[in-house]
Amino acid sequence: MLKRLTAVACATTLAFGLAGAATAGQITGAGSSFAAPIYNKWAQDYGAHGGDQLNYQSIGSGGGIKNIEAKTVDFGATDMALSVADLEKNDLAQFPTVTGGVVPIMNLPGIKPGQIKLTGPILAGIYLGEIKKWNDPQIAAINRGVPLPNLPITVVHRSDGSGTTFIFSSYLSLESGEWKSKVGAGTAVSWPTGLGGKGSEGVSAFTKQTLGSIGYVEYAYALQNHLTYALMRNKQGAFVPPTAAAFKAAASGVDWGAAAKNGFNVILLDEPGAQSWPISGATFVLVHRHGSANAKAVLAFFDWGYKNGDGDAEALDYVPLPAKAKALIRQSWTAVH
Amino acid sequence: MTAAQPISRSRPSPRGAAIDPLFKAACLAAATMLLAALAGILITLTIGGWPALSTFGLNFFTTARWDPVAGVFGGLGPIAGTLISSVLALLFSLPIAFGVAVFLVEFCPTLLRRPIGVAVELLAGIPSIVYGMWGLFVFAPFFANTIEVPIMTAAPDGSFWQQLTTGVPNGANVLTASIVLAIMILPYMAAVLRELFLTVPPQLRESGYGMGSTTYEVVTKISLPYVRRSAVGAVMLGLGRALGETMAVTFIIGNSHDVPTSLFASGSTIASTIANEFNEATSPMHSAALIALGLVLFLITFVVLAIARALLGAERQA
Repeated sequence: MLKRLTAVACATTLAFGLAGAATAGQITGAGSSFAAPIYNKWAQDYGAHGGDQLNYQSIGSGGGIKNIEAKTVDFGATDMALSVADLEKNDLAQFPTVTGGVVPIMNLPGIKPGQIKLTGPILAGIYLGEIKKWNDPQIAAINRGVPLPNLPITVVHRSDGSGTTFIFSSYLSLESGEWKSKVGAGTAVSWPTGLGGKGSEGVSAFTKQTLGSIGYVEYAYALQNHLTYALMRNKQGAFVPPTAAAFKAAASGVDWGAAAKNGFNVILLDEPGAQSWPISGATFVLVHRHGSANAKAVLAFFDWGYKNGDGDAEALDYVPLPAKAKALIRQSWTAVH
Repeated sequence: MTAAQPISRSRPSPRGAAIDPLFKAACLAAATMLLAALAGILITLTIGGWPALSTFGLNFFTTARWDPVAGVFGGLGPIAGTLISSVLALLFSLPIAFGVAVFLVEFCPTLLRRPIGVAVELLAGIPSIVYGMWGLFVFAPFFANTIEVPIMTAAPDGSFWQQLTTGVPNGANVLTASIVLAIMILPYMAAVLRELFLTVPPQLRESGYGMGSTTYEVVTKISLPYVRRSAVGAVMLGLGRALGETMAVTFIIGNSHDVPTSLFASGSTIASTIANEFNEATSPMHSAALIALGLVLFLITFVVLAIARALLGAERQA
């Protein structure tokens, strides 16, 4: 009996799933796990206000891109923006939804959060395995008076492919020619040194457990785990702490007008602004420009999210887009019909 | 229906006879489906992994450069990591599994037999992810502080011992992963070994005891030789399980794609690499390389299990 009930339930779900692709009332999406919490939160509130139901599968950016190209979902979500050429090839429209900061964290005895300063080239040197000790002259030069321990640096990185890794490795590529030619940027890269933790929780755990280690996580994990973070040097040469305000400053420093012509293919790296945090990135949504019955419903959902969802985004430690970015994104939606 | 009843009562057999061929066909279909699924998986993996296998050829198996950005994939690191961690796990687990099995068969008071049996089964029932979290948050720090650091500091400079124990002392390495794997495969091996020892004819063992043999002599001279081949099969079953174990290993092996050169070095296994990267593999070649790794794992496991079955089967028929 139980089995039959399950079978009926499965069949019903299937039927609804199939029907959902054709009729309004339900929209389906798949992709980025980084963005899953905020999309699900928005969906909850949107549904409560009489909007469509969202069925979002957090299967990773790669899966999101594959699914939208195969037209099995109404929208795909990815942390790694597609190029204009790729968008044209599959007749896709792309726009960012929220942004988030990536924060280097470390386990250094005797150093308080925010007491140590780092720059992009130094971070690249550490992750290349060339700067091996915390009292290295390069680090000491910008940290006068800080009691840097004579500890070997243990590099911790993500072992799973992730948007966080993409943002971080893109930043290192921007800051260091050697990183760019030797390693490059991607959701998974060939790390010259260090050990890999599974997920942000894995990276935080290894960093906590290893004296002298350095890792990188999304802002929310740095907050939750009370780990030592560094002040990073931004484009203006100021050393800034990772805060929601600093991420917002970076998001408003972006030349959104230029980005709009480029399929919004932006990473928020080293953006201008005295307060800007240099390492953050956006997460993106992909929809078909033509012939998708539910594309309008998808846009209506994100329109609602832009209007009403900033508070939710901040509560979940994302950073909402600035108003001018939202306006340009809404303009770009006229191409979807 | 009610009208038809008297007829069927007088001729009870035809209805059953009509159903029998259908039943047979249904069973045959079920069995065929299983084989078809197996063949289908093999074919899909081969097709999916072919771009990587044909591009990199033998290099896929002999080089350890795994670079998703440049699109160059050599799987030696994960393949070596899989074999090393599984074999180490087997070495750690075998003596304990053997001890548990002998204790249950030869020494255990009847009163304790059930509780110990249940404990072994419970160990088998703990989900893999729980082992992973326990390994990451509890076992790895403990192992780093109480075992790794003392051993590393005690190793003389330039010795083979030092070479074997270089690494980052934080508990995420090949050895920790192997120990957790050993705990995970222990219940399976203990259960199979126990079953094997129970197949030794009581007359043989009792004759041994009647001749004045000690328990040690009965176990090593009578029981073990009797089940020797099957015992190898049991070991292979354990190995087969260790090879495919994913989540627990992913958490604590350190996930480096290099071939591990010491016990305290980070490594990766085929299963952990796939679990880590498949979700976010955006380039077709990256996906293909991961699928090709899956094919390699499938073949390794298949060979190991085939040997296990052959050895176990031979014993049972003999």
